[in-house]
Formats: sequence, C-alpha cells, structure tokens
Amino acid sequence: MESLIFEKTQPGRRGYVLPALDVPSIDPAAVLPALALRKKVSELPEVSELDVIRHYTRLSQLNFSIDTNFYPLGSCTMKYNPKVCEQVANFTGFRSVHPLQPASTVQGFLQVCYELERMLSEICGMSEFTLQPSAGAHGELTGLLIARAYHKYKGNARKTVIVPDSAHGTNPASAMIAGYQVVNTKSDPKGRVDLKALKAVLNEDTAVFMLTNPNTLGLFETQIKEVAKMVHDVGALLYLDGANMNALVGLIRPGDLGFDIMHLNLHKTFSTPHGGGGPAAGPVGVTEALTPFLPVPRIRKTEQGFSVEETAPLSIGKMRAFNGNSLILLRAYIYIRCLGREGIRKLSETAILNANYLRAKLHDRYQVAIDEPCMHECIFTSAKQKRFGVKTLDIAKRLLDYGFHPPTIYFPLIVEEAMMIEPTETESKQTLDLFIDALNKIADEAERSPEILKTAPHSTPVRRLDEVKAAREPNLRWRSVPVKVSNPPTPAKT
Amino acid sequence: MDFTPHTDAERKEMLADIGVSDFKELVKGLPLYEGDFKIPSGLSEGEVVRLGHELGSRNQAPPRLLSFLGAGCYEHYSPAAISALMSRGEFLTAYTPYQPEVSQGTLQTLYEFQSAICEITAMDVCNAGMYEGASALAEAVLLAVRETGRQEVFIPHTLHPDYKAVLDTYTAEASVQLIDVPQRNGQMDLDFLRARVTENTAAVIVQNPNFFGIVEPVVEMGPIVQAAGAFYIAVVNPLSLGLLTPPGEFGADIAVGEGQALGIPPGYGGPYVGLFTCKSKWLRKMPGRLVGQTVDVDGKRAFVLTLQAREQHIRREKATSNVCTTTALIGFCANFYLTLLGKQGFRDVAYQNLAKSHYALDQFRQIPGVRVPFGDSPFFNEFVIQTKVPVENLQQALLEKGIAAGLSLKKWFPELENASLWAVTETKTKADIDHVAKALREVL
Repeated sequence: MESLIFEKTQPGRRGYVLPALDVPSIDPAAVLPALALRKKVSELPEVSELDVIRHYTRLSQLNFSIDTNFYPLGSCTMKYNPKVCEQVANFTGFRSVHPLQPASTVQGFLQVCYELERMLSEICGMSEFTLQPSAGAHGELTGLLIARAYHKYKGNARKTVIVPDSAHGTNPASAMIAGYQVVNTKSDPKGRVDLKALKAVLNEDTAVFMLTNPNTLGLFETQIKEVAKMVHDVGALLYLDGANMNALVGLIRPGDLGFDIMHLNLHKTFSTPHGGGGPAAGPVGVTEALTPFLPVPRIRKTEQGFSVEETAPLSIGKMRAFNGNSLILLRAYIYIRCLGREGIRKLSETAILNANYLRAKLHDRYQVAIDEPCMHECIFTSAKQKRFGVKTLDIAKRLLDYGFHPPTIYFPLIVEEAMMIEPTETESKQTLDLFIDALNKIADEAERSPEILKTAPHSTPVRRLDEVKAAREPNLRWRSVPVKVSNPPTPAKT
Repeated sequence: MDFTPHTDAERKEMLADIGVSDFKELVKGLPLYEGDFKIPSGLSEGEVVRLGHELGSRNQAPPRLLSFLGAGCYEHYSPAAISALMSRGEFLTAYTPYQPEVSQGTLQTLYEFQSAICEITAMDVCNAGMYEGASALAEAVLLAVRETGRQEVFIPHTLHPDYKAVLDTYTAEASVQLIDVPQRNGQMDLDFLRARVTENTAAVIVQNPNFFGIVEPVVEMGPIVQAAGAFYIAVVNPLSLGLLTPPGEFGADIAVGEGQALGIPPGYGGPYVGLFTCKSKWLRKMPGRLVGQTVDVDGKRAFVLTLQAREQHIRREKATSNVCTTTALIGFCANFYLTLLGKQGFRDVAYQNLAKSHYALDQFRQIPGVRVPFGDSPFFNEFVIQTKVPVENLQQALLEKGIAAGLSLKKWFPELENASLWAVTETKTKADIDHVAKALREVL
C-alpha cells in the first residue's frame, strides 16, 4: 500500500512555487490586528510535483472505475462517460467564467442552461426545470420545499409525506428536513404500490407521495395512472424520484403519467462522471401550476439575448450559492446533443435489453426476485446459495477477484439478500457474457468450495476490512504528532 | 452518436436469448410516448466540439478578461498537475467507495483531504465534503438548532447574501428565528452581540473574512458566544488561513467554508466543494460522509467509509442529514492544491493575496471620485469602494476595455451608494493593477 502523502514530507521541498511578488511587500502585522494573525503553521506536506503525481497516480490505480472495470451498481447507472463531454467542459470559455459576471458576458453559458432546461422538460414531459440543485438528494429537498410552498399558497402546508418501504433512504430524510412527518407505506410483493395500503394512509394531511418508477425492483409501476388519480383526489402532489430515469428516457414521459414534481440525477441518466461520490447535479422539473415556486435565479430568453431573473414573488428562494453546478450541466448538455432525439430512445431500449439479457442468462443459477421482464435493472438474491452458507456479501466480494465491481447489495430493503444489477446501455454483449461466466463460476464455487467466497476477495490491494475498528476507534485524519493513548494499560502487579 | 455498442446481429441474438422476437415485447402494455421529441438530431463528435467552441466563445473569461470579481468565488492559479490528476478515469469514473477493497484510491485521497483541511482550519474533524459553502452553512445551523433545542440564530449583516438566502430557504420550516447582527465599520457589532446573545441562542455565525473582505474580531467574539452555551459557527475562506487565525484557534464549534479557492475553477458557479469541520464533540452529529483508517484481515492499513449509522441509507427519516454526495472529485482537487503548494506555498499564496489587494486599494484610494467606506478595517484579498458614478456605468466602461469590474452591491446593500466589491488575488500582476487603476481614473 501507498504511504500517506504526509509521510513523504522532506522539509523544504516544494511542489509549486509562486512567481516573485511584483508589488511592494508589506508586513502582515502592520495591516492586520495581532489577534487575527495565525501563529502556528499548518503541517501540510512538503513534496515535489513528481512526488504528488506519482503518489496519486498510484493511488488511483487501486480503484475500480467505469474506465477500467464493468461496474453494474444497481440504481447508480454506471454508464460510460464520454470523453468529449470532459473535453468541452475544460474549454477556458466555460471553466474560467465567474458566476457573477454580467449576463452580456456569459451568453454562451446561459444558452447552454436554457436549452438544457428545455430539453429536459421535453424529455420528461414537465413544464419547466430548475438546474440549481447540486445532487439528487438536494433535488428531493428542493422538490419538497416547492410542494410545501404550493400547499401553503393554497392555504394549508399539510403535514405528511408518504414514502414506500422500497424507497431510497434519501426520500424520508429529505421529507424530514422539509418539515414533514414521514408516513411509510408497504409495497406489494413485487415492490409495486399496494393501492389498498396507499389508500389507507392518503388523506387531507398528505402533502406529497414520493415514488420511484421503475421501482427499486426494476419494475414499472403499471398502476401509475390510478396512483396519480388517488393522490390528486386528496389534493396531494405526486413526486418522482428520477433515480431510475435511465429506463424511461425517450420511451415514457413522467409528466404524462401524472407526476407533478420530479428530480433527475444528471450523473446517472445523463452520464456526467460520478467522481468517486460527486460532484453531481439534481435538476427538478415541475408541472405548470408549480412553476412560480421554483428556486431563483431563472434564465429567460428575450429578444436581446438570455437574461437572468434574480427574484420571483412566490419562489422558495435559493438552494445554494450562485447558480448551480454549471460545468456538470454543460457535460449533460453536450451528452444530449450527441445522442439527439434518436439516441435517447436507443439509450433506454439498450439499457432494458441488457438488463433482461442478464436476467435470462442468470436465472438458472441465481434466484431472480421477481422473474418477469424488467426495466433497466434486475434484482437477484443468494437464496440458491444459502444452503452452502454463502451470503450475498460473499458473492459480491468474490466478484472483485474476477475483476468486476459488484452490484448494489442489500437494497432494496424489502428483498432479502438482494443483489441489484444495472448493466447500463454502454456495455457490450462480450462484457455481459464475461460477467455471466464469472457469476456462473462463483455459483459453482459456492457449491464446491464455499470458503473461497467467504474469505474473498483474495487478489485486491487490501482484503476485507475491520469496519468495527474503524467505527469504534475513529481515526479520521493524519496528525503531525501522534495522539497519545489517554489511558495506557497499567502493568500488572506481580 | 449514442455510445451503445451492439450490432444489429448481437441485438437479435440477445433478444432471442431473452425469448422475445422484438424489443417491444419487453415493454408491452407500458404507456409509451408516441410523439416526436422536440430535440435536435444527434451530432458527431467533431460537430459537438465545434458547437462547444462556438458557445464557449460567447462567454468572456480570464485570462483574456481581466476580472476583479470575487464575492465567494475567486480566481486563483491552479497548477497543471491538478487537472492531470483529476482527469484520470480511475478517479473520475468511480462511484462512492462502497466496496473499500477496490476503492482505496478514492478513500485514501479523501482521508488525506480530511487531514489537510483539519490542518489548515485547526479543527478536530472534517467530513469528506459537502455540495458547496452555503448549503454546508445551512447544515451547520440545522445541527446547532437540533442539538441546543433553541431557535435563535444570529446572522451577520456582513454575511454573503447568497448564504443568507440559502439559510432562509433551509430554515423556513424549522421555526428558526434568524437575527440580523448590524455592522459597524464593516465588522460585526460586538456590543449588539453582548447585549442580545443569551441562553435562547442556538448559534452565532461569523464569516471571516466577511462578504466585504474584512477580517472580523473572531477571537473577541468567542467568549460572548461560549458564555451563552451557543454554537460558534465560522464560515471561512480556506485560502486566507495561510495568514489568518484558524477557526480551531478561535473556539469555533463548527467551521464551514467554500473550498473553491483551493485551485477549483470558477466554472460559472460549480461544481465546488463545501468544507464541514467541527470539534470532536459533534462528530456523531455531523452530516455527510467520513473516511476512517482501519486494517484489513491481514493487518494492512486501509481506509473505509465509517460512522455510517448517522446516514440516510441506514437511518432514513432519523438521519442527521439527507446528503449522500461528497463531491469527492472536487475535494481531491482541493487536496492536490494544498499538497502541491505545501507548507510554505500555502503561506506564500495567502501573503501574495494580502500584498496585491493592499497595493490595489492604495492605488484606487488616490483616484479622485473613489471613496473607501470601511477605511480602517483590516481586510484580506477583497475590499469595497464607493464611486461618484453608478457601478453599472463603471462596469460597462471597463468591460469595453476588457476588464470585469468589482461586483455592484446595490441589490443587497442599497444603503452603500455606488459601492462595489473588488477581489485582487495573486493572479493579478502589478501591471494589471496599474492598468485597471488607470482605466478607473479615466472613467471617473
């Protein structure tokens, strides 16, 4: 393993040197009060540029990534991130623009944002989108605050948000922050909405029903129009968690199904790189009745060009400083312009084809949670391996030895020992076949030598980690002076 | 160009393996959209690059535009090694490190990020990154309100207006009372705090340097806040900490900040990384992800996401926050920046910002028609001037000379007539500063 960069310090070594100061030097103590001045220097590393490049290049090589490995992580849509999107996002005319420049100097960027908003609205069948939210969960919070502002405007903010037990954990967490009580509702055995259970909890206090469609079992909500009617009949709003939008793009428009509010994860459906956990972008789309409540600023197209509207009387306000993760928005814009209207349909068709191909090829050796045509992802379990003492975690860890990133495991919570596989549309048949071969070999190993699985992985840079130690004795940072153990063990008296 | 790999023959073979003859059978009975999407046809790579160049050329950007805009987003030089490392596919195209055995690159880099941020802030712990500065502040305030059970939060009048606006949005439903702390000569009024901060106070916020670029009396404020048992929350510009007293040394319970100044491109607003640090005491109440050091079964040092029991995927509606994004890649950028600059370079860059902004203000002061409203207050790399002509006129005239003037403050601070906020970082040469001073003199 690579040592820490701090451990490579050589006092006096430099990785970057500033140009010589070309204005008169000043004494900080002459212009700043003594109390305002830092006394103790930060112990940052002292290393050369090559030290830095080699250290982090070697660290990067310890990662699995889309560029190096098949990464079928369910609900995360780990599709290929086209390099052309990166190239354009690195143009100086985009990356060096200050967010507070006058509108006249950023017409290109405003056009990108305006057109992206229109294209997303068209793809989703919504009236307008805000591009401001920084991530999916940020989008959920934005959407729920819009719902709250709408209900308040109509005279009653209402009290509850209904969330199915199959939902992503962010849904209930976002509802709490938006000031709502969370009401959980049971799904039917296929993870779809149980209409009876929904009816039992829907009432005049319901502000929003949050739904993921396709649901987290990868199945389309076939009763969606009935659900929408029930929700609207009590005056509530229907929210789409757009995490699974990769199944619908170009095929089905959420707005046509009766959704009032939705968020997209541009880092999923629209292929912006995940970056090891971010950055992201979570635009929120709404129907026409909700547009007055969208966050500010809004971009408008006028005869004089594009302009930025800073305030709106009913707006929920701002969700973050400045206007949004513009360089992420730009990547999504370039991606959609590459695909075009033909490409977006081919995207979801291929995603669905790939998921069903895995379902068909794997269902002999692995239990499929619900064996019917799926959308863009499919849920398997380790039920067939259980009698050998093998769990889903063991199968996932063994996949690492075969060079594949495992699927999402133990989610959705309503499926025991779940493995959620989302291949995405950018993977070839050859890759899928190699993955199928690996899973079949692992199924053989589970029968013949389950120990190999239970002790996997064997060939990764590190093996299974002591997570209990990490949580019990938190070590969250390097320290220049090692921390002394506060209660050293007393030697036993003899 | 759609990035799907299958040939027609493969597609047919796969459909046959599934047991259907046509794709439509897989989506039978679903409410398919039958209309035509009003989206342009797809472009080839060459066409889309050309489109990118055309759109990009309709923006003005440094270095051709000589910009003095700051106000929470700063132009700093970012060494070439940073973008080279950030573009590595192994970093760029990995997901959140849920499988630590194949994510040590992401995990160790985040651990080093947490360590570097703790070093510069002198705080005990730092999480793996938030969306950006303003929402990080909102999360800090929600934490303070939750933990104290109190509702009053003191907000400086000198806080960045966007941060104030985001606080308004986040606390609108939490029955939080935001109290405006007046400014005196550009700094928070300590007498007001002494008189008003009580055992009903959940938190007092300070931004240092504040929105006007002025250094606040952060050390003097500490005892006032602590005596009331309230949270002392600091919003800091991390780059200023090469020179300024860090929040860990002035008693902050939580310090947040916008990481953008650490080598991250302005990018018309993002993506940036929010910094979130706190005293050890609040570790288990923090939002966001944390990376910890541990060992693997062979006893090897390794890193892993830890203390996840706080998080939404475990706790659902009882979580400390709904955040799951760490903005890891941008955190890497900040970490690469701090590592490349290192112990000495980090001090040097802060010092050059101080020297250049003071040189610039010295030049501006001498121009007839320029007034400095907070003349004696100490500042870091940004300052306010008032001019005899409206800022819009000034901006227009300077823009014709390829200069982006300071930000007009009219929208937020109408009481300061014709005021503008100018940032002068290490990227400006003496010649640049002399050039803008000359241009200002011509306009005024």
